[in-house]
Amino acid sequence: MADTMQFDLVSPERSLASFQVNAVQIPGADGDMTAMPGHTPVITTLRPGVLKAEGPDGAKEYVVSGGFAEINATGLSVLAEKAIPLNEMTRAHLDELIADARAKHESAKETFKNEPGPVDDAAKLLADMVALGDHIAL
Amino acid sequence: MPSLKDLKLRIESVKSTRKITKAMQMVAAAKLRRAQEAAEEARPYAERFNAVMAGLAASVGGSDSAPKLLSGTGKDDVHLLVVMTAERGLCGGFNSNIARLARQKIEELKTKGKTVKILTVGKKGRDALKRDHASLFVGHVDLSEVKRLGYADAQGIARKILDRFDAGEFDVATIFYSKFVNVVTQIPTAQQVIPAAFEAADGEEAGASTLYDYEPGEEEILADLLPRGVATQVFSALLENGASEQGARMSAMDNATRNAGEMIDKLTIQYNRSRQAVITNELIEIISGAEAL
Repeated sequence: MADTMQFDLVSPERSLASFQVNAVQIPGADGDMTAMPGHTPVITTLRPGVLKAEGPDGAKEYVVSGGFAEINATGLSVLAEKAIPLNEMTRAHLDELIADARAKHESAKETFKNEPGPVDDAAKLLADMVALGDHIAL
Repeated sequence: MPSLKDLKLRIESVKSTRKITKAMQMVAAAKLRRAQEAAEEARPYAERFNAVMAGLAASVGGSDSAPKLLSGTGKDDVHLLVVMTAERGLCGGFNSNIARLARQKIEELKTKGKTVKILTVGKKGRDALKRDHASLFVGHVDLSEVKRLGYADAQGIARKILDRFDAGEFDVATIFYSKFVNVVTQIPTAQQVIPAAFEAADGEEAGASTLYDYEPGEEEILADLLPRGVATQVFSALLENGASEQGARMSAMDNATRNAGEMIDKLTIQYNRSRQAVITNELIEIISGAEAL
């Protein structure tokens, strides 16, 4: 079995990364997972978090703000709504993301007063964003 | 017969028009390159997205519990037409082609007895449709302040569409935009976004052949992805439109520049002829004056 696989990270506006990797850590909606070559085909949604791609030339980290990942035996594509390389991430970016999540939470509270589902989702998104900030220690 | 002075002024004015159209053409060419790059960079995302969605839709689509965004509301009485055009004119038939396609669709739907609602993106489309169909307007998105189209703009438009859908204001949504083929060809296109219609993946990738695990469940993923799908489609339409607009403007301005050149040549010939005629006249006057003595 090959010990590397193709990794693509694309956002709607541009393609951010495309290279061979040994393993990728993905912040899945139901928990983090690490995908390695030969993984079972999986499609999972992402929560905001840090995505770590370990290639032969070292690891690269990206901050993703949701989207989904498609994993199969030969490769992995991550379609992120917004993705920023970790070393380019700044407090301003994060604040923007958090403000966004907060606005969504507020509007969810407005629109879905009697349905807890969407409000909880939005609250979780907001919590994820804040946790992300703590995690990368900005 | 215009006087020499008139002709001279005329030539000068056509010359400065040519300068302007030439400059606009070059600006459009530069912007076109950028717009094309943006469209190209967005393509991988849209393609993968559609491939995944097609696979998902195929496996979930048949069930009764499929989300409304995919299966529709079960009716097609009220249509929302999202007409996307440019914010500026002077780009040949670009805006009017899109408006014409939209107008045809409106007439067609009206004769079938459907209700039509219009949401416009871009000032020119609003102006073109307002004359005949002002009562059908439900909204307008202004992008004139936007320097560089971002995904956020598409999300904003998608949000407007989805909110109306959630409120049950329409059953079918179609977006109108212009597909960019090359600088001289842009095809006005109508594309249905709700209920979502995904083109089946091409034979070689055939999403259905690989069986995926879904985490969380298929339906949750689908419910999460469908609204994004609308935004993605709107975004690629916006980008195609952007490239088409610049392409159309470029060829329109190229034509205008060439026409101005021809006009200048014609006027110059006319100017020279009249100048010669004046000289000849003067000579005749002098000679006949001399002979009379």
